[in-house]
Amino acid sequence: MLNAAIMAAEEGSSPLAPNWWEFLVTLAGFAVLMFIVIKYVMPAFEKTFAARTEAIEGGIAKAEAAQAQANAALDEYKQQLVEARTEANRIREEARAEGAQILADLKEKAAAESARISEQAHVQIEAERQAAVVSLRAEVGTLATDLASRIVGESLADDARSARVIDRFLADLETSSQSAGAAK
Amino acid sequence: MIALALPAATTEEGFVAPTIEDTHYRDILPWGDHYGVWFDPGFGKQMLMVILSVVLIATFFLVASRRQQLVPGKMQFLGESAYGFVRNSIGKDIIGGRDFLKYVPWLFTAFFFVLVNNIFGAIPFLQLPSFSHPGSAYAIAAIFYILWVGIGLKKHGLRYFKLAVVPSGVPWYILPIVVPIEIISNFIVRPVTHSLRLFATMLAGHLIVTLAGSAIEYMVSTGNILLQGTSVLVLVGAVAMYMLEALIMILQAYVFTLLAAIYIEGALHADAH
Repeated sequence: MLNAAIMAAEEGSSPLAPNWWEFLVTLAGFAVLMFIVIKYVMPAFEKTFAARTEAIEGGIAKAEAAQAQANAALDEYKQQLVEARTEANRIREEARAEGAQILADLKEKAAAESARISEQAHVQIEAERQAAVVSLRAEVGTLATDLASRIVGESLADDARSARVIDRFLADLETSSQSAGAAK
Repeated sequence: MIALALPAATTEEGFVAPTIEDTHYRDILPWGDHYGVWFDPGFGKQMLMVILSVVLIATFFLVASRRQQLVPGKMQFLGESAYGFVRNSIGKDIIGGRDFLKYVPWLFTAFFFVLVNNIFGAIPFLQLPSFSHPGSAYAIAAIFYILWVGIGLKKHGLRYFKLAVVPSGVPWYILPIVVPIEIISNFIVRPVTHSLRLFATMLAGHLIVTLAGSAIEYMVSTGNILLQGTSVLVLVGAVAMYMLEALIMILQAYVFTLLAAIYIEGALHADAH
């Protein structure tokens, strides 16, 4: 069973009484382990931890930079879009104004043209009238002379004959003026 | 019936319960006797196991920390988890600040040294938690006692003793009572409990398993059929105790390291308490 000799040999010693060799072996063991941990284990693990942290944080930083860049690009595009819209609006406004201007110009020009044409017509009419008046005057003179000579050529005493001559003259005059109006 | 049978049998046959001395095995290599040294026992199983634990821990972590990669392999992951546990859960959380890393090797070494030596108690054939021997428990507690007193002195100079024993915000007329209590609790009771907690739990667990084992052996050897049947119950109880003991082994390693970290933190920030 259990070794009675050992029990007898160590009987009486307190359970709290240390074996000092064990004390020393434990100290030495701890020291050796500690040395290995400080010298090899911990630096290796810490290095990996740092490298990993670096990798993760580097990745995060990179992603953040990319995000910022993308945001900047988006802002720029938005800005450009707004600018383009403004530009387009401006151009449209300008075109509209220009169109209105052109329309107004054309209207003005047309009005001027029509005024000019009507003016010209007036002038022409006036000229024709003048010409008519001139020719009429000449004609009236001739006619008057003609008439007078006819009247004179006939017997002045014969009232009935002179009256007939005058009537005939007037009828002639009428027909000539009517034919002139129809020609016009 | 069982309860009645047992005392009757023990008085007749004389069941001899194992004592604490049974946890001290015969020396493999006697020494000291020849020189009249006052600590005469020689090289025993416990010392062998302490050395074995150093070899095991060192080998494991040297292998695990070799060829470090950003994405760890199995061994490296295991080693990193173990290291990270002590580093972050104990070192960083308790000591904190920027300089906790300086004390991580102490805590790390202590945790795995105690853990592996405790677990030895749960491994068949080894079956001896090294810290069930008071010498080892005193040694490791002494290391931390010296460490945290040293840290306090280095950080605060001799003023450290005043900071450690005179609590701030206490009226002067209570100080004569408080100061001796603080001296006793901080500088005497603390290292004693630090070592005895570990030693006593390991010894108790080891004794229970030993007691159950020898009881079963005795019961079976009596030839009494009732006692032999009862031994099955003892076995079941012993297995349950063994499981509990295994839990306590891990827990005590954690508690020991945690307390060490708390003491270090207390010494570092003695002026804040």
